[in-house]
Amino acid sequence: MQRYIAQRLLLLIPVMLVISAIVFSLMHLIPGDPAQVLLGFENTDPAQLEAVRRDLGLDRPVYVQYGRWLGKVLRGDLGTSVRTGRPIRILVAEAFPFTLELATYALFLAIVIAIPIGTLAGTTRSRLADGAMQTLTLFGLSLPAFWVGAMLILLFSVELRWFPVLTYPALVEAPLANLRGFFLPALTLAVPNAASIARMVRASMVAVRREEYVKVARAKGLRETVVVRRHMLKNALIPVVTLIGIVTGYLLGGSIVVEQVFAIPGVGRLGLQAIVQRDYPVLQAVVLMVTGLFVLVNLVVDVIYVLLDPRIRYA
Amino acid sequence: MRNAPVPEAPTPRTLPGVPARRGLGVYIFRSRKAIIGLGLLVLVVGLAALASVIAPYPATEMHPLDRFAPPGIRYLFGTDFYGRDLFSRVLFGFRTSLLVAGFSVVFAMALGTVIGVIAGYSGGTTDTAIMRAMDIVFAFPVLLLAITIVVILGPGVLTTVLAIGIVYVPIFARIARGPTLVVREQAYVEAARALGQRAWRIVARHVLPNVSTPIFVQATINLATAILFESALSFLGLGTQPPYPSLGLMVSEGRNYLELSPWPTVFPGMAIVAAVLSFNLIGDALQEILDPRLRPTWTGS
Repeated sequence: MQRYIAQRLLLLIPVMLVISAIVFSLMHLIPGDPAQVLLGFENTDPAQLEAVRRDLGLDRPVYVQYGRWLGKVLRGDLGTSVRTGRPIRILVAEAFPFTLELATYALFLAIVIAIPIGTLAGTTRSRLADGAMQTLTLFGLSLPAFWVGAMLILLFSVELRWFPVLTYPALVEAPLANLRGFFLPALTLAVPNAASIARMVRASMVAVRREEYVKVARAKGLRETVVVRRHMLKNALIPVVTLIGIVTGYLLGGSIVVEQVFAIPGVGRLGLQAIVQRDYPVLQAVVLMVTGLFVLVNLVVDVIYVLLDPRIRYA
Repeated sequence: MRNAPVPEAPTPRTLPGVPARRGLGVYIFRSRKAIIGLGLLVLVVGLAALASVIAPYPATEMHPLDRFAPPGIRYLFGTDFYGRDLFSRVLFGFRTSLLVAGFSVVFAMALGTVIGVIAGYSGGTTDTAIMRAMDIVFAFPVLLLAITIVVILGPGVLTTVLAIGIVYVPIFARIARGPTLVVREQAYVEAARALGQRAWRIVARHVLPNVSTPIFVQATINLATAILFESALSFLGLGTQPPYPSLGLMVSEGRNYLELSPWPTVFPGMAIVAAVLSFNLIGDALQEILDPRLRPTWTGS
């Protein structure tokens, strides 16, 4: 067990190295002079250009440049924004809590919605109910997040005025107002993920239904609710855990869209703004951060998966 | 009967558990999901193909006196901020969505299958190297990777196709590799090799038929997600660029005037749902037919 975790952690090093190399190349792949890219395209002062070039070490071989950049990143220095002149570390630190809360809230909602629906669909003997729930989840998978967001704003904020429009007070200062403000964005982000988790739970329940231990539990005369909750669901949820790793990727990506719809100043919006303003060092940092986080979450999910199911043994 | 039947060893064209493709049609017409999906798809594709014939107005024609007209006889879906007919714009938007999604999936399917089959058939270091490279692509959140590609190549229709296509390549590579590994070890492939057949011929005759079914099912599902993908990129201003009509772009524009008129936001969104749902229904039905345990794969976006 410990060996497996150690191995996975060791494997993280080459993966992160390759990812950082790709992200580093981003700056060099954008057409034009990297110094000009860094400086912003409006600034054409040759003296400043020369200074940036020297500063970046653009006269050195590419691998030296990469090494220097990586060294800085590892020390927590992500560079400075060419638009605002502020350290990117601070920009990211300001934006990150919004994205983290949005993604966590959405994951929570997705699970709370998905597990009852999936369990019901997977255990019911009514073909009609199962079919209805399958259609519902398929519909959920077909909804574009930005449109759902716009429709939710239209219905709940503009027409019914149940939820405030685009206000996000800090979680520590006003927890209730915060959860209320984040509800619609989190719900928007949760919908497609809830649909896919519900489908996975259903499939998993259907598979578990035929297991011997379920038959034994029934034969013992246990009540159906106990059989479902204690014997079926507990086992059926194990494969669902792996899906949550994948879902995180979609939450991180999807939050870019949802943050845009709901004007949440998170990491996704920071990245989009950086694209519009051609503030490429900021974009670079955002891509590196989000991808790194995604890789880490997947690692944690894999480890949890092994911990949950004693039958799985990884060499 | 053509000629006198020559006794021939039966060539298993498919893997156990996967029905022959000839039988697929029969199952499809027994599935209600597939029929509804196909019906919806025919409608969407028909509207897109005949857009220039059906559309009552050109997609960019402005009617300054009819801004934000509600749905009615003159304008079936109403009009937007510039008084452009929403129905006509949705029809042309379908065209963009389907073309971009179609080309990107075909690109991913072709490249992914080639990569997956090469990896699976070669085995050893080649296989490991290729699949590790695919894992690296998988390590990026999909939308973020697509956005990065758009930033490098500059936004446009071709870039959108490439960005979505590249993101999907590893999915197809993984799916193509699996059956290739199985087929490679089969006695009939060994026999073919013993007969001195070239690798490409073995691949074409024995590997590809086994790979094609799961690949096509995945393609159907990815068409659904590709439409969502294109619309999301366009919504963010990184996909289809104006003046080309795009459903995602329409929602993005309409959203600014939600309180004045919801229709410019409502109808393009519903159009996206219809197109995506049609492919999702067909993909889901195909999966159910091919895998009796109904094991779903990830299809969200």
